[in-house]
Amino acid sequence: MENNLPKSVSEKIPFWRDVRVLRVLFQVGFLIGILLLAGILYMNMLRGLRGLGLTLNLDFLNDEAGFGISEGIAYEPSDTYLRAFWVGVINTIKVSIIGIVCATILGLVVGIARLSSNWLVRNIAAIYVECFRNIPLLLQILFWYTAVILQLPSVRQSFTFFGGVFINQRGVYLPSPQATSGVQIWLGCLAGGVILAVILYLVRLRKLRQMEQPGFPAKWALPAFLLVAFVGWFLTPGRPFTWELPALKGFNFAGGTYLSPEFSALLIGLVIYTGAFIAEVVRSGIQAVAKGQREAAKAIGLNEFQTLRLIVLPQALRVIAPPLTSQYLNLTKNSSLAVAIGFPDLFNVGNTMMNQTGQSIPIFGMIMMSYLIISLTTSAYMNWYNRRINQIGR
Amino acid sequence: MADLENTLDDSIIICKDVHKWFDDFHVLKGITTAFKKGEKVVICGPSGSGKSTFIRTINRLEIHQRGRIIVDGIELSDDLRNIDRIRQEVGMVFQQFNLFPHLSVLQNVTLSPIWVKKLSKSEAESEALALLERVGIEEQAHKFPAQISGGQQQRVAIARALAMQPKIMLFDEPTSALDPEMINEVLDVMRELAASGMTMLVVTHEMGFAREVADRVIFMDEGAIVEEAAPGVFFDNPQNERTQLFISQTLQH
Amino acid sequence: MEEQAPSPVMKPPTKSKGILRWTKENLFNTWYNALFTLLAVVFLYVVFKGLLTWAFTEANWGVIPANLQIFLVGAYPKDEIWRVWIVIYTLGLLLGLSAGIWGGLALRLALVIGGVGGGVGIILAFFPAALSNRFGLLGGVALLAGSLFLGRGRKELRLWVLGGWLLSFPWTMIWLHGFAGLPTVFTSNWGGLLLTLILAAVGIVVSFPLGVLLALGRRSNLPAIKWFSTAYIETVRGVPLVTILFMAQIMVPIFLPDFRLDKILRAMLGITLFSAAYMAENVRGGLQAIPKGQHEAAHALGLNYPLTMLLIVLPQALRSVIPAIVGQFISLFKDTSLVTVIGLLDLLGIAKTVIANPDWLGLQAEVYLFAAAIYFVFSYSMSYISQRIEDALGVG
Repeated sequence: MENNLPKSVSEKIPFWRDVRVLRVLFQVGFLIGILLLAGILYMNMLRGLRGLGLTLNLDFLNDEAGFGISEGIAYEPSDTYLRAFWVGVINTIKVSIIGIVCATILGLVVGIARLSSNWLVRNIAAIYVECFRNIPLLLQILFWYTAVILQLPSVRQSFTFFGGVFINQRGVYLPSPQATSGVQIWLGCLAGGVILAVILYLVRLRKLRQMEQPGFPAKWALPAFLLVAFVGWFLTPGRPFTWELPALKGFNFAGGTYLSPEFSALLIGLVIYTGAFIAEVVRSGIQAVAKGQREAAKAIGLNEFQTLRLIVLPQALRVIAPPLTSQYLNLTKNSSLAVAIGFPDLFNVGNTMMNQTGQSIPIFGMIMMSYLIISLTTSAYMNWYNRRINQIGR
Repeated sequence: MADLENTLDDSIIICKDVHKWFDDFHVLKGITTAFKKGEKVVICGPSGSGKSTFIRTINRLEIHQRGRIIVDGIELSDDLRNIDRIRQEVGMVFQQFNLFPHLSVLQNVTLSPIWVKKLSKSEAESEALALLERVGIEEQAHKFPAQISGGQQQRVAIARALAMQPKIMLFDEPTSALDPEMINEVLDVMRELAASGMTMLVVTHEMGFAREVADRVIFMDEGAIVEEAAPGVFFDNPQNERTQLFISQTLQH
Repeated sequence: MEEQAPSPVMKPPTKSKGILRWTKENLFNTWYNALFTLLAVVFLYVVFKGLLTWAFTEANWGVIPANLQIFLVGAYPKDEIWRVWIVIYTLGLLLGLSAGIWGGLALRLALVIGGVGGGVGIILAFFPAALSNRFGLLGGVALLAGSLFLGRGRKELRLWVLGGWLLSFPWTMIWLHGFAGLPTVFTSNWGGLLLTLILAAVGIVVSFPLGVLLALGRRSNLPAIKWFSTAYIETVRGVPLVTILFMAQIMVPIFLPDFRLDKILRAMLGITLFSAAYMAENVRGGLQAIPKGQHEAAHALGLNYPLTMLLIVLPQALRSVIPAIVGQFISLFKDTSLVTVIGLLDLLGIAKTVIANPDWLGLQAEVYLFAAAIYFVFSYSMSYISQRIEDALGVG
């Protein structure tokens, strides 16, 4: 049969049936479609901007901002827009980091409490988780702000704790540590403690290796360091740090550390909301380490603490890390709800800038870039961390 | 080894210098062979020898990068129409059955007649029931794959492939994932199929089946055909050293 | 903890649980658990004493019944509220039929909604003011139960009910907005819980096909399409919803000056584009779980890419991601509250306006707690249902 004979391959395929050509054509068509759409939007935008009498550029960033920002790093209304935006960025990072730390601690405690053998503790934790993760965060933040913090007593009737913490409708006033002249002596003690600890650590490590026994190499070093630090604290003449207490001066407190009502409400909202989610992450992470694993650990003679440290935690951490990352990212993104209560985070400041300059497009670009950079950095770090614990665990 | 040019007339599959790489790994190193209409060929060889990859190139589940494959006069190339035609002429049975778990046995078999050959539902179903009867599981037609045994699943997979009325059937280790007691029920169906005159390419470790059913046995190693012969010659008087080693190892089990 | 029914045959020796014994085992089994129990009791005492004292002596709950209607439907005209009831009844009918026909998810949903609806109806019975609402709600529950009964085992109705669900969305919009001789109710008058539910439903329903396309795009072997889908998904997931809502408000008029989309439509656009990225990631998870053999078998049978996806891959993938999609619906339901920030009067937005009403000054806590309770009931019952499905599917 003639048609069985091999013929030359490539030249005979019409292009509309050739897979390779079709692949390219399809993608080119797709890109052209996207570009056309973008082009139409761009033309529309230019038309719209002309109608508003605006041109698209970033020069406005060097103009004087002219609006005040209630808190954050040093800033005057006479500073530039760029500086104002930076203040917002720093505020977002600040509330995110503090929020992440507090939410992690809260979530860890509650997550472990949910697995407690104590019926009451277990159920209080469950009720907390179910209540707070099923109510919108914005509602919670508004509640803490308008229904709790703004309803607190006035400055003169502040709640006072331990004589140094004052809580009133203007915010929270905390004592702040101030270094004294004796601080160097204590720091010297600390340095000595570190050296001692390192030596003890190495000695014990070697000893363990020699005995070919696994163990906790920091078992001597840690207490030694703490002992030195503790003793050094009291040996230092006049103590290394003193607390600077907030004091009522005129109509307000001065000194110490001050948390504004907006910051406090945002932080409380973020921490309580995210904490509930982190608790679930922690709980399911620990539960994912199968019961059999623990039993196997007991069977080979590990005690409760060794089981937790050597078997359960490393495996649970590996399960926990990815969902924990997305909770951290959620918290960071949710900090943009600051705009609802007037905390000057990057979105809120950007919004004010838009209202003042009308340059909404470049400012939106800046806002989105900032969030993307924060998100990508966080997830890059967590991916690295994730890889690391995966390597160690295997 | 049969001369390629002489077999062209009645060959349904022609492979000429077929090469394939996975990234830098050279899986197929110039396969040249041909299969006659109605021929039953068993392909064997150690794991990683490229035998599965080879039969997967014949219905273009794997794309060969050099050489030519012509199936029933259709050149396997980047031509979309040719690929569609080949897939209808060549049926395939997989090691892991690959039944569609969300469809009933009957729906598994009627799926491509309805959607690809555009048969009416009732036509497709009566044909499917006939096929299921042929492989001996007509009473399971309305069950789902997860509800039947592995051997039954593989027989459904054979019926599903036959539903497209292919001229050629490819079997990629059809019994390797089965419990021992189920292997025979699948082999019986394959024997019956062979007796009906189907062109069959079978990758398998079942040497008894090869000896009994095959017209020809091909031994592959390291991406090349090492030896091909009629089963009598292949098993009793293998020429190549590697074939001898493989046969002695396989028959020991 | 329930008492175990005593078994007549043989009792395991330790199972005889008196209250004392239970207390000892669950609250005081170790010294630190005893300590925790004491601390927890003190904590509960302080919290509940404060809360209950406030709720029964200081709080002014009168604000809730007085504003109940605007909490539920916003500024929707009083004379037109019967149209909302028509929509609710239609959906109730469809849900009841689906529950009868399919069971499973639809059945659970119907039971929870029926239970909550009936419960609220009975509670409303104690407020004489809301007479019509009470009967409306109980009527709806009756309709739901009736259609559930009717639909039992009626497999032949499947296509009709599916068609009904497809049409339910335009049907809802037409009734709420008005047609023919009915007075038009502009979307600016939609508000309260009604708006919250519409935003969440639109967000999920419209983002679903978009999300599926994006997920397929991200797994495509065509680099341009893969790159575009990935960039879209990651960008949207990297920025907060508030940003996207503001962008929809401010940028849409700039980029599309010829279309005059109103505020709610722009919010819907923003929510949908946002939700599509998350939907895509959920669907992608399902797609990844489909073994390669399924694609190969489909190709070997001669199915092309669209048929393979439509008939083989997506049905399996989507089934496995139902819990994730329910989860996304829950968070979207909560996230719709962000439209308050751009000035829409959804449930939370209404709460803010009630607080600002000079007649009801200083009642922030009461109003926010009421809104929180509504959000909680919806969100918790949905997550309860989704938990049950997950258990039933054996996922997670």
